[in-house]
Amino acid sequence: MIIIITPREFKRISEPAREDGRAPDEIRPIKIEAGILERADGSSYLELGGNKILVAVYGPREAQIKRLQRPDRAVIRCRYNMAPFSVEERKRPGPDRRSVEISKITAEALRPALILEKFPRSVIDVFIEVLEAEGGTRCAGITAASVALADAGIPMKDMVVACATGKVNGNIVLDLSEEEDKKGEADMPVAILPRNKQITLLQSDGNLTEEEFKKALNLAIKGCLKINKIQKEALKKKYGE
Amino acid sequence: MDIIPEIVRENITNLINKKERTDGRALDEFREIFIETGVITKAEGSARVKLGNTQLIVGIKPQIGEPFPDTPDMGIIITNSELLPMASPTFEPGPPDERSIELSRVVDRCIRESKMLNLEKLCIIEGSSVWLLFIDLHIIDYDGNLFDAAVLATVAALRDTKLPTTKIEEDEIILDYDNLQPLPLEDTALMCTFAKIGDQIVLDPNLDEEEILTARLSIGMRSDGIICAMQKGGEGPLTIEDIEKAIKITKEKIPQLIEQLDKTIGDL
Repeated sequence: MIIIITPREFKRISEPAREDGRAPDEIRPIKIEAGILERADGSSYLELGGNKILVAVYGPREAQIKRLQRPDRAVIRCRYNMAPFSVEERKRPGPDRRSVEISKITAEALRPALILEKFPRSVIDVFIEVLEAEGGTRCAGITAASVALADAGIPMKDMVVACATGKVNGNIVLDLSEEEDKKGEADMPVAILPRNKQITLLQSDGNLTEEEFKKALNLAIKGCLKINKIQKEALKKKYGE
Repeated sequence: MDIIPEIVRENITNLINKKERTDGRALDEFREIFIETGVITKAEGSARVKLGNTQLIVGIKPQIGEPFPDTPDMGIIITNSELLPMASPTFEPGPPDERSIELSRVVDRCIRESKMLNLEKLCIIEGSSVWLLFIDLHIIDYDGNLFDAAVLATVAALRDTKLPTTKIEEDEIILDYDNLQPLPLEDTALMCTFAKIGDQIVLDPNLDEEEILTARLSIGMRSDGIICAMQKGGEGPLTIEDIEKAIKITKEKIPQLIEQLDKTIGDL
């Protein structure tokens, strides 16, 4: 997996810069590729700063587990998993409470974009593998997953795109790095449907005033729209205009 | 297990009996091999290997821990593999199944028994502190022959691994991250896996071949031709001639594999 440093897209503004030199509304270098795995029905690879995320989609396929089946539509199932070598201290393989929660909210974040009524009694599996983590993996996972779903040919009303905002050193900033997430006062991951700007994921961890929240949400939407362009480019690169 | 139509089975078998393969390879030919190291910045060593369309990532994370009581002066390697559900429609999420455990154990055996890694040099304080190396195999795309791809990726990741140097001052271990050093690797061992199909044995079975094989044989071999690990699999038997032939081909192929590894990521 080659790291390609994308040129910085945001103009510097006069607010105080961050530890890694970014402007408050600047995302880390990002790269997305679609359709990189052979066996999966759809796949994508995403790098965002130090994050490396691989997503595979299988389906729609028959739901093996009967109780999962819905008579009128397909179900989406997500599995967010971190590689043991993805973090500083080796992570024990297998799901923990954090990854189970992220899997659940990821499925719910993606669900509104999918047209599932065409595939009754089937399941769409989304496997998100965090190969390397550097803050903001759940958002990166959602962004990459929707590219992989599109690559799998799953009918969708829109892409889903996610980006975190938060409060670091009293400033509202976009796309928190691992350092900023650790030190910061608040972290707020947001996913949207870019066409109508509806929110499909909202979490917040830390303290924000109402004003700060509004500012953060606005910033998150701005960030999502930027990332959405890169999602579309990845699909265009794979499939042409 | 995928279900293979009878007609595909017959087609592959008939071709192989005529010494041909569906993908045009010779019976003793590997698929295209791609090796890349240093792919995971947060791992002390890592590699990505593609063998045809089979693809995996290996990451190595060290820790300091206690040695086993019977080997107080030796470091420890712990090999673990995940056949991720992303890699194949037939892989299920959940704790490692028997296939995954067999894979990790065979890879572990090939590395350990070849003595390519001098475990004594991974001892810090005899009886109390040694390096533990976690070797994690992450299978992301499965198109047959995980064994050879996994051993190759593990060896590449071991060669990529850098540990901090250690000093002991007043019974405390001091890790010097400014002076990193490579692992004490003294040789290279790799693996060749064969499938018995019809009355032939073929090297590096792809997924379809793996599904229809009657027997499988993996041979781990050091650069000097010493066999360091073997594993027979599959429901059918092998003849002594099959095994001797497999060893002969392995002896030819291992130096070529080592050469390719050296060329891609530098000599040992």
